[in-house]
Amino acid sequence: MYASGKYSSRGPALIPRMKTKHRIYYITLFSVVLLGLIATGMFQFWPHSIESAADWTLDKRSVHDAPLVRLPVSSPIPERGDLSCRMHTCFDVYRCGYNPKNRIKVYIYPLQKFVDELGVPISSTGLSREYNDLLSAISDSDFYTDDVTRACLFIPSIDVLNQNSLRIRETAQALAMLPRWDKGMNHLLFNMLPGGPPDYNTALDVPRDRVLLAGGGFSTWTYRQGYDVSIPVYSPLSADVELPERQPGPRRYFILSSQTAIHREYRAELERLKEENGEALLLLDKCSNLSQGAASARKRCYKGQVYDYPQILQESSFCVVLRGARLGQAALSDVLQAGCVPVILADSYILPFSEVLDWKRASVVIPEEKLSEMYTILKSIPHRQVEEMQRQARWFWDAYFSSMKAIGLTTLQIINDRIYPYAARTYEQWNNPPVVKWSSVNSPLFLPLIPPRAPGFTAVVLTYDRVESLFRVITEISKVPSLAKLLVVWNNQNKSPPEESLWPKIGVPLKVVRTKENKLSNRFFPYDEIETEAVLAIDDDIIMLTSDELQFGYEVWREFPDRLVGYPGRLHLWDHEMGKWKYESEWTNEVSMVLTGAAFYHKYFNYLYTYKMPGDIKNWVDAHMNCEDIAMNFLVANITGKAPIKVTPRKKFKCPECTAIDGLSLDQTHMVERSECINKFASVFGTMPLKVVEHRADPVLYKDDFPEKLKSFPNIGSL
Amino acid sequence: MQARKKYVLLGLCACCWLVLFYWGGGVQLRLLRLLTRQRGEVVRPWPNWTDRAFLPRYAHLDELQTDPGSAESPRQRRQAWSAIYKDSRCRMETCFDFSRCRRRGREGFRVYIYPSEKNDRVSESYRKILMSIGESRYYTSDPREACLFVLGIDTLDRDQLSGQFVPNVDERIRGYPLWNDGRNHLIFNLYSGTWPNYTEDLGFNIGQAILAKASLNAEHFRPGFDVSIPLFSKDHPQKGGERGWLVRNTIPPRRKYLLMFKGKRYLTGIGSDTRNALHHIHNGKDIVSLTTCRHGKDWEKHKDARCDHDNLEYERFDYQELLHNSTFCLVPRGRRLGSFRFLESLQAACIPVLLSNGWELPFSDVIQWNQAVIEGDERLLLQVPSTVRAVGNERVLALRQRTQMLWEAYFSSVDKIVLTTLEIIKDRVFSHISRNKYMWNSLPGGLLVLPEYSTHLAHFPFYYLGLGVSPGQEFTAVIHAVTPLVSQSQPIMKLLQVVSKSKYCSQIIILWNSEKPPPNRSKWPPMPVPLTVTDGRRKTTSRFLPHVAIETEAVLSLDEDTVLLTSEVNFAFLVWRSFPERIVGYPPRSHFWDPLKHAWGYTSKWTNDYSIILTGAAFYHRYYHYLFSHYLPQSLRTLVDRTSNCEDILMNFLVSAVTHLPPIKVAQRKQYKELPSPQGIKSVPWANPEHFNQRQECINTFANWFGYMPLVHSQFRLDPVLFKDQVSVLRKKYKDLERA
Repeated sequence: MYASGKYSSRGPALIPRMKTKHRIYYITLFSVVLLGLIATGMFQFWPHSIESAADWTLDKRSVHDAPLVRLPVSSPIPERGDLSCRMHTCFDVYRCGYNPKNRIKVYIYPLQKFVDELGVPISSTGLSREYNDLLSAISDSDFYTDDVTRACLFIPSIDVLNQNSLRIRETAQALAMLPRWDKGMNHLLFNMLPGGPPDYNTALDVPRDRVLLAGGGFSTWTYRQGYDVSIPVYSPLSADVELPERQPGPRRYFILSSQTAIHREYRAELERLKEENGEALLLLDKCSNLSQGAASARKRCYKGQVYDYPQILQESSFCVVLRGARLGQAALSDVLQAGCVPVILADSYILPFSEVLDWKRASVVIPEEKLSEMYTILKSIPHRQVEEMQRQARWFWDAYFSSMKAIGLTTLQIINDRIYPYAARTYEQWNNPPVVKWSSVNSPLFLPLIPPRAPGFTAVVLTYDRVESLFRVITEISKVPSLAKLLVVWNNQNKSPPEESLWPKIGVPLKVVRTKENKLSNRFFPYDEIETEAVLAIDDDIIMLTSDELQFGYEVWREFPDRLVGYPGRLHLWDHEMGKWKYESEWTNEVSMVLTGAAFYHKYFNYLYTYKMPGDIKNWVDAHMNCEDIAMNFLVANITGKAPIKVTPRKKFKCPECTAIDGLSLDQTHMVERSECINKFASVFGTMPLKVVEHRADPVLYKDDFPEKLKSFPNIGSL
Repeated sequence: MQARKKYVLLGLCACCWLVLFYWGGGVQLRLLRLLTRQRGEVVRPWPNWTDRAFLPRYAHLDELQTDPGSAESPRQRRQAWSAIYKDSRCRMETCFDFSRCRRRGREGFRVYIYPSEKNDRVSESYRKILMSIGESRYYTSDPREACLFVLGIDTLDRDQLSGQFVPNVDERIRGYPLWNDGRNHLIFNLYSGTWPNYTEDLGFNIGQAILAKASLNAEHFRPGFDVSIPLFSKDHPQKGGERGWLVRNTIPPRRKYLLMFKGKRYLTGIGSDTRNALHHIHNGKDIVSLTTCRHGKDWEKHKDARCDHDNLEYERFDYQELLHNSTFCLVPRGRRLGSFRFLESLQAACIPVLLSNGWELPFSDVIQWNQAVIEGDERLLLQVPSTVRAVGNERVLALRQRTQMLWEAYFSSVDKIVLTTLEIIKDRVFSHISRNKYMWNSLPGGLLVLPEYSTHLAHFPFYYLGLGVSPGQEFTAVIHAVTPLVSQSQPIMKLLQVVSKSKYCSQIIILWNSEKPPPNRSKWPPMPVPLTVTDGRRKTTSRFLPHVAIETEAVLSLDEDTVLLTSEVNFAFLVWRSFPERIVGYPPRSHFWDPLKHAWGYTSKWTNDYSIILTGAAFYHRYYHYLFSHYLPQSLRTLVDRTSNCEDILMNFLVSAVTHLPPIKVAQRKQYKELPSPQGIKSVPWANPEHFNQRQECINTFANWFGYMPLVHSQFRLDPVLFKDQVSVLRKKYKDLERA
């Protein structure tokens, strides 16, 4: 559009130079032909595939419009699946390549209708609703590409979810006819009901070369670990019935068995268990008075009593999922949806998505042989664990079982994690339900380390123009034995720092960093000059801390390298009258923050503050020229889940809250502003991460009746 | 006229474009994409079929629910399986006799070692393995009660060219009456196959035995049955082992070199594909990949053009220095899939970048390796530099710490490797009381988490933060009583009152360890909380028995003569809630290394630091009772019982070994046991020099069993925020603590 506008506007400019009519027409004609040529050429040489040209702009189409493909009888049949296939032998990883997003590209073959030479379709159902949902979901996802040349994974549109509806040989032939088949390399098939009578194989019987199979009933003998993906058997009830999530807790029944086709040996065993344990067990079966059909699938009976299925599942703590002819059971999905803990009795069954899901936290797997001991085994599980399992079960359903979309995208994510293992999702991401993700913390400094004393710490002094006070601070700090380096952050752009010769002479390197803007957040920048782990942030007017106190602070930090270790402590309180948080700097028995006017912390938090601070907190702090310390306290507490450590007794700090010397009113507005900060930050973090504690750290022998000169840190707490 | 021409031309142009638009269709779109230099993500999605609502279900509800049960009886099917799924298709269900392990309930997991024959040569590594099993709590000398059998024959090195190869294994094992086609046997192996193709063949038929093998190939690995173990050298320590090399988390976490490799280049044979290509990624700056041809006897025969230059470059760098200074370490396959450098780089906190296709990683059943290593692909060697460059700082930090966690939890000693193998098998045997993946993959590691105690995460002291829950609000006081009750003014009476007044106290248990029988119920004062008296059978270790009566997570362990205030108890309990995995208590002690005696020393003097908190007055998690009674060996507990001493030191060893952190001392009003001892007690035991010497010895015995010194020093104690501050006492919550 843009181009056309440009040309037409240039048209009139050409006209005055043309003498004759002909010339105009020639030029016009010429340009038309030229443009036409260019366009045709572009269309020709632009990479595109012929096979997809047909369904170009069509959207309003019916499944029946899919092109018909006739399979010759002699058409080749792929080999049976190769049991030794693994990602590095049967998967062409070059197709996926290195890509900055670490995301595989998935291509879906256009729908075709395969028939044999007599015109009989290869499948009795054709495309099923579920498979269509699955393909649409993949097509809507980030994984999808329509460009077959860029794809890393190919998904045939031939529906093989249910082997019963397939003609095995013809389906295999149809697969081999796919244009990019290449021995099934990088092809993914979804199958939920494998095998057929009488022996019910546990993997799809269709010969399929090297296809990667996402199957719903693998046994340990057919599952190629690290290659295939075990998926659930989708239960259509998931879409039809809405079961609201129930609070975890004890239910009316302890164990419920709701499956209808249980082998009589097992049913006898269950009956015996019921005899022994009575009402705690509920054994349901088909209702004999109802005819087959959708209605009977939604009812269960016990001695003439009729129960609604799957609603009744919500009434029990544990629900039995026994294997039938097949290992994978749709009942598992129903049970999870009901938030009932599945008790799985299916030897050798590979549980759905077992590569990433920790089923031990959501289910109880009991060997079939031990069915008779089921009751005792389940009784030995503590209540709190049962509740956690109920919650976990429901979460698994919500996230991975609830729809064909969930099943399909989880499968792709698992394959994606294998191809880009360095960007793989973590255990916590896969297994923690949102509630836990929200409240739990995974500290980035999780290893319990007490770093060596030797590297010392770097003191970072933020200063504007109080040179005299700054020099005093520098002189004081330089007496601390473990000081490794002093970094002065000169935040005044209008004035240069004093000449080098004027600075106090100290025994450690002193660096001055000049900043571009007078921002509070400059104090927390992860300067390259900071070469130690430990940072001491200190204001240019904190001269009252003794060398012992600072050294002791550093020693305490070494034992808590993932916390803020500071001197003046502060507290946040909930103001019931106002219904919001309040900042407290009074003498309290509790501490939830330490001021960063004098605090030790890990350099990692500088990095977090500068680059990972949530929301607009950083800008807000810079704009208000206040609360950078509160923000730091929030950040550290949020990511570690731990309280700061206040060290040494309270001193007469030149109260950082009252820089205006004599203003009670100013003091109050300051407090109001700090309270506002807390409320603002709490809303940005979506929670109140600060932790309140009642302790502070003192030297072991502090104020003990013991000769002062034998104490490591005698000069502590002097006012 | 001019105007008309203008219009004609304009019209024509417009027509052209219209035609082009109509005819070209997508050309416009493509042009647009070309101009914006962007390919549209989805141009042709999966069609939104008009009749999608009428598509059939993939299966009818009936079909799904009444899955046609096969007529075959499940019992018969299971029997048939054992006949079919044997040897290379072994699984626990078919090749393992579970009944052997159930003879003694949960205690049933016992391991028997065949006695070794006189003229058997047993390698250093295998000797260590057998020693680890022999000293473990699962060992039994009685084959009848064994669940698992381990051969006395050294099967570690099955390379026929090796000096340690033991011939005729097949014939010998077949002669064993207990062999039973290898059922319930565990076979350890480090090297299989030989030049030139290094197959997985062990040179004898292992039958249905479980294979614990290094360098296992995923294709031969019987999932859920075999155990992949790491390759370790004969110098690998038996116990304890070195700690990881990571002592601090520098920011940014990058080291001098990004990626390093220093090792052999195979000119021919298996594994040479990868090793021969490694030099390509060497850039001499941040990626150092050095190979040498100089290995084996006849290397000069196969020598190629690169060799001399490479050998020179190779000598320029020191392997240890590279290990210390590199962020990532290449761990390519050698002749076999696993290599020593895997454990070396794990210990060095140099994140391993694996190039060993098909290698079943060590303990892959339980360890989530993608959180600690970068799993590369041999085929994509040239992508490795860009891949590791793209790993962000935060991920590097996490990966690096995880290497250390795994190293210390499972690999730093032969003991740990062997125990992990046994625990994995035990978890399979008792699958419903086993560890979940979270327990295996978070601190302190699976070996220290005993599932028999509980399988519920919140019942352990380590997982509160990870689960987003906090420790319980109540504690149980366990008072250790040794003096018979004669008067109502005995210190224990005072103590009962003080403790029961705490609002956090939910119950009190008196552990009666006196020679006299416990007094009548009525002799005890009335109490606002339930009081239980348990017989400790006069054993010192009984104070750490996992008494079922303890219902709370926190335990307050007390000696009968401890003098405390209610507010002291309350304060210490609140501190414990912040540090639930540690011991939080009052009287501190310290250990030190005595270079003259070449032994550890113990001191009860007032010092500026401490590493032990006496359990005469301390809070800790009740799980430590369980660990104390079940994780520690009987020998140490016997020592404690025999001397009636050191139980507190042992507890401190245990907790520090779990946490790698010191205990925590809290403020106390008076110095511990300062008061003159009440009459009736002959002498205070701690004043006895014999007592002191025993403790000195204990420390050394314990350190010996642990294989290292787990105790850690701390230099601070925790006081109430306003402790001894110059403010009005009215403001102070714990003012009692300051009274002299």
